[in-house]
Amino acid sequence: MLKVEGLNVFYGDMQALWDVSFEVRPKEVLVLLGANGAGKSTILRTLSGLSCAAEGSVTFNGVRLDQIPADKIIQHGLVHVPEGRRLFPDMTVEENLIMGSLAPEPKRRRQKTLERVYGLFPRLRERMGQYAGTLSGGEQQMVAVGRGLMGLPKILMLDEPSLGLSPLLAQEIFKIIRLINSEGVTILLVEQNVKQSLKVCNRAYVLENGRITLSGTGEQLSSNDHVKQAYLGI
Amino acid sequence: MDLFLQTLVSGFLKGGLYALIGMGMTLIMGVMGIINLAHGQIMMVGMYITYSLFALYGVDPYLSLFVSMPAIFVLGVTIQKYLLNPLLRAETILPENQVLMTVGVGMVLTEVMRFIFTSDYKSARTSYSNATFFLGEISFSVPLVIDLFIAIMMTVALFLFLVKTDTGKSIRATAQDKEAASLMGINAERITYITFGLGSALVAAAGTLLMPIFYLFPDIGGPFTRKAFVICVLGGLGSTVGAIFGGITLGLAEAFGATYVAMEFEDMIGLVMFILVLLFLPGGFKRITKI
Repeated sequence: MLKVEGLNVFYGDMQALWDVSFEVRPKEVLVLLGANGAGKSTILRTLSGLSCAAEGSVTFNGVRLDQIPADKIIQHGLVHVPEGRRLFPDMTVEENLIMGSLAPEPKRRRQKTLERVYGLFPRLRERMGQYAGTLSGGEQQMVAVGRGLMGLPKILMLDEPSLGLSPLLAQEIFKIIRLINSEGVTILLVEQNVKQSLKVCNRAYVLENGRITLSGTGEQLSSNDHVKQAYLGI
Repeated sequence: MDLFLQTLVSGFLKGGLYALIGMGMTLIMGVMGIINLAHGQIMMVGMYITYSLFALYGVDPYLSLFVSMPAIFVLGVTIQKYLLNPLLRAETILPENQVLMTVGVGMVLTEVMRFIFTSDYKSARTSYSNATFFLGEISFSVPLVIDLFIAIMMTVALFLFLVKTDTGKSIRATAQDKEAASLMGINAERITYITFGLGSALVAAAGTLLMPIFYLFPDIGGPFTRKAFVICVLGGLGSTVGAIFGGITLGLAEAFGATYVAMEFEDMIGLVMFILVLLFLPGGFKRITKI
C-alpha cells in the first residue's frame, strides 16, 4: 500500500535517516519504535512532505509522494497527526476539526465525518465551542486525532499520541486507535510507549540512530532479547 | 462639556478609519510575521487611483472603492509573490530582510507616484466634503460619518470572511501554526498572497475613504505607515480585534491631544502613547482582550 525505499534524509549536514526502507500493508497497524532522536518523527515528516528526502522514494498506491508538495499529500489519503498535537490554539474545537477536511472529497462529507468524530469522542461535542488552546492534554489529543480523521485517511499516521498523557488516558487513546483500525483505516504509529504499542500492532520496525535494525510482528518483537533489554527493561 | 463630547466624536470617527488601516497591517503581521513598512505607501497608491478617477472621469470617491480595492489587492499579491516570497527561498537570508524589502517597496511606490503626479498637493473636493450636521451642539462631518459606516461594514465583512469561510479559516490557521496548516492541505504560499492582497485592499479602502477630506501628496505614505504600526502595537501584534481598539484609541488620543494640549502635538500624542504602551503594556490590548 505504502512503500518506502532507500530513504536518506538530512537536517543541514546531519544525516537523520540512513537507507530506510519499509512498507505498510492495507488495514494493518504498523508501529515504528525507537528512542528519542532515532528518526521516527523524521520518517513521518518525510512521508507528509515536511522534510525532503535527499534520496529514496515514497510510493503510495502507485503515486510518488516524495515528488508532490506537502499541502497536496493529504488529498491522497495519507494524513499526519503530528507530534505535540499542533492544534490551532485560537480556534474552537469544531473549527480545528473542520480544518482537517479542506480537500474536496472530505469537504463534501464534512458534516457526516464530523458526526462520526463526535460519536467517537463525545467529549469533543461538549467542548466544540471552546478554544483548543484551553483544553486539557487528553482532550487536545482527541481533537488532533479527530482532525486527522476529518481528512478521511486511508493511512492515519500518528506521532506519539500518548505523549504527556496519564497512563489511563494513554490506554484510552490506544483503544481508540484499535477502534479506528477496525473501521478499515490503516494505522502507522510512532511510539515511545513500547509495551502498549507492541500490544496493539500487527507489525513493528525498530529504529536506531536513523537505521531500521529490527522488524517483525508484535509478538516476535516482544519476545526479542534486544527489544526486551533496550526498550522493555526486562 | 460640549467641547469634550465634540472631541470624543471626532476622535471616534477618525478612529474607525485608523482601525481599518491597522487591521490590514495586523493581518499581514499575523500570517507572515513581518511588519509591512510599505503599508502607508500602498494606501497612498490607492488614494492616487481614487484621485485619478475623480479628476479624469468625475467618479465619486466612494464609488471608486470598487476600483481601488481590487487594484490594490492585485498590487499586494504581486508584491508578496514576486518580491517577498522569493526572499524566503534563499536560506542564507534572514526573514527580517523581508521587512527591509517592504521599506524599498515603499520608497519605489512613493517615487513612482511623484514621477507621475509630481509633489503637488491634490484633493478630491466633493459637494459634501465640508458638509456637517448637528446633534444638539455637537457637529458631525458628513464624510467622516459615511467613512465610519463603511469602515464598520468592512470590518464585519472581514470578520465573517475570517470566521465563516474555509479560506478565512485557512488564513487564521496559517497564522497560528504554519506547519500544521500545511499538513491540513493548506498551500501556505497561496495564503500569503491572499493575506497581503487583503491587507493592502483594506488600507486602500481607508485611503479612498480619506480622499474627500484629505490632501494627497506622494510622501503621505510614511506617516500612515507609522500610524499603522502604532495601532498594531497598541492592539497587540497580529490581533485583529486589537487593531480595532488600537485604531480607536489612537484616534481618540490624537483628538484629545489636539483639543486639550495643542494642535501641533496631534501626531506626537500617538507616539508618546506608543512608547508608554511598549513600556507598561508590552503586548498591547491583546493582553487584556485575549483575542
